[in-house]
Amino acid sequence: MAAILSFFSDFPFELFVIQTLNGIVTGMILALIASGLTLIFGIMDVVNFAHGELFMLGAYVGVLVLSTTGSFWLALILATLLVATFGGAMQIITLRPLVGRDPLTTILATFGVSLILQNYALWQFGPVARKINEPYTGHFNLFYLEYPWYRLIIAALSAAIIGGFWLFLKYGRFGIWIRATMQDRVMAQAMGIPVPWVHTAAFAIGAGMAAASGVLFGPLVGVNHTMGLDWVLKAFIVVVVGGMGNLGGSIAAAIFISLLESYASIWVSPSRAVIVSFVVLILTLLFRPTGLFVPTPK
Amino acid sequence: MTRRDTIIYWSGFGVIMALLIAAPLVLPPYWARFITEILIWGLLAMSSDILIGYTGMVSFGHSAFFGLGMYGAAAALLITSQAAIMTVLPKLLQDLLLLIGERPNLLLALAFGLIAAAAIAAFVAYFSTRLRDIYFAITTLIFSQIFYVIIFTWTDVTGGENGLSFRRPALGIPGVWTTPFTPETLHWFVLAVVAGSYLILRRVMRSPFGMVLQSIRENEPRTRAIGYAVERYKIVAVMLSGLFAGLSGVLYAVQNRFAAPDFVFFIISGDAVIFNVMGGIGTLVGPIVGAATFLLLREGLGRLFGDQFPYLIPLGFIFIAIIIFLPQGLLGFMRRWLNK
Repeated sequence: MAAILSFFSDFPFELFVIQTLNGIVTGMILALIASGLTLIFGIMDVVNFAHGELFMLGAYVGVLVLSTTGSFWLALILATLLVATFGGAMQIITLRPLVGRDPLTTILATFGVSLILQNYALWQFGPVARKINEPYTGHFNLFYLEYPWYRLIIAALSAAIIGGFWLFLKYGRFGIWIRATMQDRVMAQAMGIPVPWVHTAAFAIGAGMAAASGVLFGPLVGVNHTMGLDWVLKAFIVVVVGGMGNLGGSIAAAIFISLLESYASIWVSPSRAVIVSFVVLILTLLFRPTGLFVPTPK
Repeated sequence: MTRRDTIIYWSGFGVIMALLIAAPLVLPPYWARFITEILIWGLLAMSSDILIGYTGMVSFGHSAFFGLGMYGAAAALLITSQAAIMTVLPKLLQDLLLLIGERPNLLLALAFGLIAAAAIAAFVAYFSTRLRDIYFAITTLIFSQIFYVIIFTWTDVTGGENGLSFRRPALGIPGVWTTPFTPETLHWFVLAVVAGSYLILRRVMRSPFGMVLQSIRENEPRTRAIGYAVERYKIVAVMLSGLFAGLSGVLYAVQNRFAAPDFVFFIISGDAVIFNVMGGIGTLVGPIVGAATFLLLREGLGRLFGDQFPYLIPLGFIFIAIIIFLPQGLLGFMRRWLNK
């Protein structure tokens, strides 16, 4: 009893609240990346290995636009559009020829793309991290910390983008096509939906979402050519834990895992806190291989 | 295999072996070392071909087995010089280690590296074989990252970011006959291990066990329906593959006299997959050819455009082109014949 009491009296309540906030912020960013990844997987069974590199590419385009125009919001929009165009082109060049082959070949092809992009970024921008300035530098007091408003803006914006995407899937003409193609590719084709272009568009949307999260996240960590790999691994974990191709599950899993990791980093160093998400993954694979946030398959 | 095929096969094998044996005697030291390195990477690629080419499971986590082989060898080679580690071990194990030999010992390095890699492979296999296709690929990738994070952050034991460096053990059986490695004997030792592994793996892949693996690749539900315990075969395949990947890790550690976390990192797994796809999966020799092509292209591009040239950009384009236009790889045309 005394041990329990001392646990609660020593419990770092303030730190706990701060970490909850941090966890939700990174969770929203992760959800934005993972929902693009899960969209691409759900619609064409492609695991996009280059997703992290699209995230990184978006951040670098953001750096370039920001340094020439000085406007963060313009950088956000331009990076999203440019990387979305790039993603569409990448799908047409590398993935279209592979339609109908073993899905494993697509993982290899996108892996090749990720190699090219990562080394291009290293070659072009060098190994030194670039900085994106926050568009809004205000702070508010949270216990002993000055917590930046910008972090909350990121979370809100990510939620807005995901919400907009959900509305688009639900009511937009192309969104309905995307859902139809997800359900039954052959039938969709028979109904006159241009399935190859739906695939390209879905890939472009996923790429654009990754790029947007890259620009949004840039001010927190700095932009660097290896940032893609860390995030794509996390996004993979989220997508597997959330249930492959399940959008709502991915979002829930992203927030769940980010919260766990930020709570774990109260007690251990952040580089080891990553192991928590690995453990969640292993447990999920053991007991619910279809994903934590999906109904039990019958 | 007809009699004629057998003669062609073994004479081809003999010619290539003779060329590789003669290589360090005729080539300048730089290129002789280069060929040794190709053989080591080729063994790693060949081990992952068991999964990619024969069982139809793409592993993106072979760096874990390779790296654990390196760290296992490092442990064996440092254990005698660092008394602190010895005090932790039980008395029986201490005596056993001293009995095998107190000097840096090649056999001990091999044993430790293989045991480490096999243990890790058993662990990874148990979890990852529950999943198929893309899920398997992602799970192996994430497992290799787990080991990377552990090795990277456990500085007291693994040396963290700097890794461990050690003296190269002598060639031979301790107590009976030893001789220090020269570049030539190191090359021949590596060649013997790689060629031996090739012959063993070729035999295994043509055995009933290998046939079951290939039938899992072709049609898993049917293999299960016939009555084979598919999961058990997959676990053994992953362990076999991990064992040989660990062996290549030991060879690399012996050649370079260090173990570093960079070699547990995902890049190495990616390289192994690239070697396989370039050279031709399901052939065992294809991955070695793929490794040779990759390393030669890298070397050539480096010489043409300078060391700073991002060689992975053109290689990435070549890799994608091979996937789209030459899905069987460079040696794909020989695949049927090599497996007869």
